[in-house]
Amino acid sequence: MRRREFLQITSAAGAGLLIAFRIPDKHGVAPFAPNAWLRVDPDGAVTITVDKSEMGEGNHTALAMIVAEELDADWTKVKVGPVPENPAGWSRRMSTGGSTSVRTSWDILRKAGATARAMLVAAAAQRWGVEPSGCSTESGVVAHTGTSHRLSYGELAGVAGTLPVPANPPLKDPKDFRLIGHRTHRLDTPSKVNGTAQFGIDVRVPGMLIASVERSPVFGGKVKSFDGSAAKAMPGVRHVVQLDGTTWLGSGGAWGVGSVSGVAVVADTYWQAVEGRRALQITWDDGPNASLGDIPGKLAALANEPGVQARKDGDATAALASAAKKIEAVYTVPFLHHATMEPMNCTAHVRADAVEVWAPTQNQSRAQEVAAEAAGIPKENVRIHTTLLGGGFGRRLESDFVAEAVRLSKAVGAPVKVIWTREDDTKHGFYRPATYNRLQAGLDAQNKPVAWTHHIVAPPILIKFGPLQNGIDATLIDGAAADLPYAFPNVFVDQVAADLPAIPLGFWRSVGASQNAFVVESFVDELAIAAGRDPYEFRRELLQAKPRHLRTLELAATKAGWGTPLPAGRARGIAIAEWEPTVCAEVAEVSVAPDGSVRVHRVVCAVDCGPVVNPDTLEAQMQGGVVYGMSAALYGEITIENGRVKQGNFTDYPVLRIPEMPVVEVHTVNSADALGGIGEPSVPPTAPAVCNAIFAATGKRIRSLPIGTVR
Amino acid sequence: MPAYSLLVNGRRLTVEAAANTPLLWVLRDNLGLTGTKFACGIAQCGACTVHLGNQAVPSCVVPVSAVGSQPITTIEGLSATSTHRIQKAWTAEDVPQCGYCQSGQIMAAAALLKQTPNPTDAQIDVAMTNICRCGTYQRIRAAIHRAAKEA
Repeated sequence: MRRREFLQITSAAGAGLLIAFRIPDKHGVAPFAPNAWLRVDPDGAVTITVDKSEMGEGNHTALAMIVAEELDADWTKVKVGPVPENPAGWSRRMSTGGSTSVRTSWDILRKAGATARAMLVAAAAQRWGVEPSGCSTESGVVAHTGTSHRLSYGELAGVAGTLPVPANPPLKDPKDFRLIGHRTHRLDTPSKVNGTAQFGIDVRVPGMLIASVERSPVFGGKVKSFDGSAAKAMPGVRHVVQLDGTTWLGSGGAWGVGSVSGVAVVADTYWQAVEGRRALQITWDDGPNASLGDIPGKLAALANEPGVQARKDGDATAALASAAKKIEAVYTVPFLHHATMEPMNCTAHVRADAVEVWAPTQNQSRAQEVAAEAAGIPKENVRIHTTLLGGGFGRRLESDFVAEAVRLSKAVGAPVKVIWTREDDTKHGFYRPATYNRLQAGLDAQNKPVAWTHHIVAPPILIKFGPLQNGIDATLIDGAAADLPYAFPNVFVDQVAADLPAIPLGFWRSVGASQNAFVVESFVDELAIAAGRDPYEFRRELLQAKPRHLRTLELAATKAGWGTPLPAGRARGIAIAEWEPTVCAEVAEVSVAPDGSVRVHRVVCAVDCGPVVNPDTLEAQMQGGVVYGMSAALYGEITIENGRVKQGNFTDYPVLRIPEMPVVEVHTVNSADALGGIGEPSVPPTAPAVCNAIFAATGKRIRSLPIGTVR
Repeated sequence: MPAYSLLVNGRRLTVEAAANTPLLWVLRDNLGLTGTKFACGIAQCGACTVHLGNQAVPSCVVPVSAVGSQPITTIEGLSATSTHRIQKAWTAEDVPQCGYCQSGQIMAAAALLKQTPNPTDAQIDVAMTNICRCGTYQRIRAAIHRAAKEA
């Protein structure tokens, strides 16, 4: 291979070795690809490669903006290429979650763009016989100052590709940003308004069959026996295949798969597969979980057990004992399901020595490993084609749906697309844990807080990687322990890890903060009321050492008109939460009808996420997070009876619709602090802001979610 | 399997499918029109919304045998060049996030504007029952008002 076609460079950002392939186009002209992140074609098209899934949060556009900014690309010629197909050959593990896309890619993408820009400038300077320092760039063109020399990036791409790669190209001063920080239309909008956007469920492969799987209704249950003859006799049905289950529990840090035992009907079309599935006769071995239920009762019983210490400041027990006023309360939250609009699905094609997977996945690296295990080949021989995701919210970090498709394709010797029904999706999820929380707080004679204790009982998520370290699941104390922001002199937080390994758990948009913000911010509200203080002023006082929290809280309160009169029957509630390092505060305006139904009229949301890449996307994410948080707060509840999930569809797992949509106003703190994520931070403050407003409106404190009807 | 002659996006097409096959799956699997999405299967979420005549219907519960001679319009047939005023308004407001529900949202909104050229918020609330898990409702409302103004 000639050097011109195969070039290895060390990543400018030090993330390891990146490999750029230069493949001459049909005219024999090489596109310019100085690193794995971008390519400039001779026609001027700029293709940016990102290793992140697009599940709606606008990260593809934001990541492209970062490269294009430093490159000074013509934004109208920028497109985002497919996510790389071989995670094993990439410079970091490939997954998308935790609101991390931008902050973990910011440096490397800026340097990638700056590197390419420097090489294009060098190419132009060489052509004109001038110094590179006398050249400027704008919108895909290099110009020479003082002469009329101008060349487009496309015209320079061929020469630029022959030049040495600079080690440390200069980065822009943020004040010179032209794209970053400016409202920019998303690159994926056009395909999402005309039906051409390709989601996992839309994948079509020659010779592909479609499968629907009847899975064990009971957690951990198994197929004892089945009769597939009636199904097999149905039109279009090609195969009936038994699938064994795999545990969701991990070991040695490896992420458990958690696919469910069942019987698959593989047919020419989806409807034929579903009809065939209805004709299956299956006898189940329900196993040891057949009577599992009353999880809230089990968690409450465990609350009498001592927990593992998560935070200890001073002596909270002594401070409580000598407090002038003491309050205590129990808060509970239910299991929640992600309920992505696009049900789980995956397409796989297993051949003798290679596997192709088309998946709406948030976790390409794990999907590749799981597919390799299921097919029994090295992971390097597995290609993961990442489609668009019809929502992720953490559910698509799991690879159970990938394992199923690979095993079915292997079993039937053809490409297979597995499509889950909504009921399959709801009943076989990886749920946000239910938690039980006992809290106590004390005030001194001057109504200053002197103690705070929080005893958390919950089944741990992190056993999906193996046994817990030190008995603590760090996700379950998010927002409640080390990052509890208030200046309480004595704090004690501990956790009881409930042993309920039958129920698969997962990372639900904002993870532990989703429940802990509700618990902490509601109880802080109770403390403020007990102290006879305004809930906003009370928080302000306790956040003096937390400038990021303080300014975000103040912005929300100011924009919401905290303290100003409202129409009769309406009241405000305030809450704040950190999704490190982003801080988000919300003020909700709520009324409660005589029948107890809750109406959220307005939510004012203030956010400090550091530098903002695309303000338009920030606004959309904050609004979306409020909606997600409201759906959970008002309605969200997965209940487990007889070892099964009771809910199945949007009829019994309702979510917010347009008539219930409040006006959500988004205000951004002008901040140069650490860059933070935006996909999750507005979820946690929503439930407590709404519940605190309900208290302000009615005097009724909501200590158990979902809110349902206020009585 | 019986054969059905369907008028889809102005084209006469023949499909062979069981009589109870939902129109959604005929569109997706038989005709390859995957812009119309499956999400609930029980007419609860609107992701599968298409037009049957001038009516927005959830195609997941319309058996192919019930379509008869009514013309079907899907997202692919709403306009040849994505220039229906609803699509333009959706683009201007950057409504979609994940985008999965948006074909259905757009088809529901297009049917609404056909019947109610300048809908109030209350009329939008009644007509737009589609679910969006990304929470784009505020922009959907703004885009419908924008499209109505541009009529």
